[in-house]
Amino acid sequence: MAMAAAAPTVPICHGRRASPCSSKQVSVSVSVAMRAWASKSSSLSSSSSKSPRLVAAHATAVATKEAASTTSSSQGGHELLMFEALREGLSEEMERDPKVCVIGEDVGDYGGSYKVTKGFSEKFGSWRVLDTPIAENSFTGMAIGSAMTGLRPVVEGMNMGFLLLAYNQIANNCGMLHYTSGGQFTIPIVIRGPGGVGRQLGAEHSQRLESYFQSVPGLQMVACSTPYNAKGLMKAAIRCENPVILYEHVLLYNLKEKIPDEEYVCCLEEAEMVRPGTEITILTYSRMRYHVTQAAKTLVDRGYDPEIIDIRSLKPFDMYTIGESVRKTHRVLIVEECMRTGGIGASLRSAIMESFWDELDGPIGCLSSQDVPTPYSGPLEELTVVQPHQIVTAVENLCGKK
Amino acid sequence: MQGIMESIQTLCSGDHGNEGFMQDDEDEEEENGVGRLTSWAELLGFGLAVFSEAIAPQLQCFCDRTLGFAVGQGGSREAWIKAVAMAMSLVRKAVKKGWVGALAPAARVMSQALSTASEPITLDIPVPFKAHKVETPSVTVETSAQELTNFFKTMFIMRRMEIAADSLYKSKFIRGFCHLYDGQEAVCVGMEAALNDKDCIITAYRDHCTHLGRGGSVLEVFAELMGRKDGCSLGKGGSMHMYNKKGGFYGGNGIVGAQTPLGAGLAFAQKYLKVEGVTLAMYGDGAANQGQLFEAMNISALWNLPVIYVCENNHYGMGTAEWRSAKSPEYYKRGDYIPGLKVDGMDCLAVKQAVKYAKEYALQNGPMVLEMDTYRYHGHSMSDPGSTYRTRDEISGVRQERDPIERIRKLLLSNNIATVAELKTMEKEAKKEVEDALSKAKESPSPDSDELFTHVYRKGYGAKAYGADRKEVVVKLP
Repeated sequence: MAMAAAAPTVPICHGRRASPCSSKQVSVSVSVAMRAWASKSSSLSSSSSKSPRLVAAHATAVATKEAASTTSSSQGGHELLMFEALREGLSEEMERDPKVCVIGEDVGDYGGSYKVTKGFSEKFGSWRVLDTPIAENSFTGMAIGSAMTGLRPVVEGMNMGFLLLAYNQIANNCGMLHYTSGGQFTIPIVIRGPGGVGRQLGAEHSQRLESYFQSVPGLQMVACSTPYNAKGLMKAAIRCENPVILYEHVLLYNLKEKIPDEEYVCCLEEAEMVRPGTEITILTYSRMRYHVTQAAKTLVDRGYDPEIIDIRSLKPFDMYTIGESVRKTHRVLIVEECMRTGGIGASLRSAIMESFWDELDGPIGCLSSQDVPTPYSGPLEELTVVQPHQIVTAVENLCGKK
Repeated sequence: MQGIMESIQTLCSGDHGNEGFMQDDEDEEEENGVGRLTSWAELLGFGLAVFSEAIAPQLQCFCDRTLGFAVGQGGSREAWIKAVAMAMSLVRKAVKKGWVGALAPAARVMSQALSTASEPITLDIPVPFKAHKVETPSVTVETSAQELTNFFKTMFIMRRMEIAADSLYKSKFIRGFCHLYDGQEAVCVGMEAALNDKDCIITAYRDHCTHLGRGGSVLEVFAELMGRKDGCSLGKGGSMHMYNKKGGFYGGNGIVGAQTPLGAGLAFAQKYLKVEGVTLAMYGDGAANQGQLFEAMNISALWNLPVIYVCENNHYGMGTAEWRSAKSPEYYKRGDYIPGLKVDGMDCLAVKQAVKYAKEYALQNGPMVLEMDTYRYHGHSMSDPGSTYRTRDEISGVRQERDPIERIRKLLLSNNIATVAELKTMEKEAKKEVEDALSKAKESPSPDSDELFTHVYRKGYGAKAYGADRKEVVVKLP
């Protein structure tokens, strides 16, 4: 029954995908810049993110300690990188509940292609950290089948784009089984993996699956953006009874932040206030949060007062927090990395318009990636994704020049 | 069992010598037309009533004979059954000699029922197994009168249910897709005889009878087919989405082949949670060409999961015959490194034997493939007449020669387990059961409108789902 432990082999570049180590090298080279951003933005975010938190009745937040516990000025806390935060969250949940297991490619002996499950194989054994063959459709199906009996698997897609091969299982079985069985079966599964546009990874490895899965009924989707919310959302997703897709981003794995020592869980359906403001509501998630906060520096210099909200919960939207903000500012700009057509921004725009039409002073702006396959060439790739200067221009257009 | 025997013991008191009829060991078997009591409780309860009216002086000897016999034989279930049977026959003798005249027929019947119901009958399976990388199981099967009778009854109910579904579809009570299982009943009934409640079954969309076999009721099936509240999935699943969590039945899946990785996952969970059970992941000859099946087979062989892949080969993948869709239609060999068996799927006993064998194998060694050679009389679904790609002669030929219900009928008659009249009675009862369930299902109401939004998420998540026109919005701001 025990699987033979294989010594980690040198990764070979298959025709199908880039070797994981090359993307790690790439992300390391980016991380220097990211860390600079991160430390500035995390101090921005942590000071304001925990202001009056609206905790919905079902929230599973364990820590009741308030905001201050996450700032770098608090007593204790420890600094770590995003992938380590994910690892910590996952490890704590696996220790807490023996039914949690991890299924994915290279998660066991190799330690995970982004090191999220490093050391897990030795700690939890090969029966709880399962290395699968390259068969996304079937191992996602297997995870769903085992979740039907009460196990809580965490499926790792080496890259979110590969989960397109498991689309049938995720849409039909994962999302719908609770409904079509009349409530008999729950699927407490977590599907996670890195997605988004990286550094010249090519079109097939730069996919944003949020848009494809958002209309599947029965799924919950969250996107993490900081080590703090990565750990919190990971824990919440594992504890949630519904199937949750946790979107990570390839370029954010080396973000550094100080997080609390004590246990905490984030609310899955809640948005995060990054920077309170009065003039315009900027809604964003995942990597674009950092482009927005960088643009915010320019905007503040020019006299604007943007309110930045990291929506975090992509399905369902936290319409309460968003609504409160719209009532305050009356202008909305959505900044996302999803494609323009049929993306998260498109749905969010229509949801806000429907519910808060009377509060709006003007049309909702939406900055998304271009509707093109992500090109390999560096400058071209930069053109597909929203850049900070475009955000500044958009805010100026919505709010009027100052 | 224990309690009943204790009650018998308490009836025995005092000192009585052996007298009269108790000495006589001879039995006489007599046929009569009374239906058999098959419920243990009914049988033994009635038996107790008879005992309590037996003559006191005879009781001591009576109890000595019966209890002594059971204990002497080791106190096993079979021994107790034989003991009670003997008790019945003794009472019958008393009846013959005029002691308990009014109860004669009943006593006779009960003794017959008890004495023969669970006696093992050994039969040979006519069509041999074909094996791939494994030994074939023995063709000699042990069964019993009770088991064969149950096979007959269950398959008959399934057949009536599917035919009723046919006419329901034609009168538009059932809409959408309806895939009928008649002809293939032997597969799910034979399987159930070899499984217990620790085992899991998952199958594709031809699941009405499988649901029944796992403990569902005919009412649930009909109500679900008609989209009513009393359906097993509350009317929200339909023909292709029947589930029974308590019975270990995981559906009911609409997408061809998608249930095979789910089945491997169920087996994985069984192994993880150390449950001594197997999973039967069923699929058809059409699904046998799906890539995810091979992926699932690979992983389950790698990890030694206790899963049995059951290919219900009815030779047609919707309208395409197997020789036109599979390069190698020997589906039991397609597991390659996974051993396989080809089984006559129209023979309940062969299916039972194969599944029993495969279960033992899977619990020790990992996956196995079983190919059930079976046939469906209806088309692929109710929208398919079923005769454009095969001849009517072929269908009626299989019906005449290989029908599973007829096969059991012949066995019951040739082994004197039941008479033609008794079988007719059973059939009538089955028809009545199905008709009652049908009329009850027709009375069942449609689900309420708010059922539309329940069970999308578990326990809700704070925000509420909107109606299609978004008029029932629930975002309240203070």
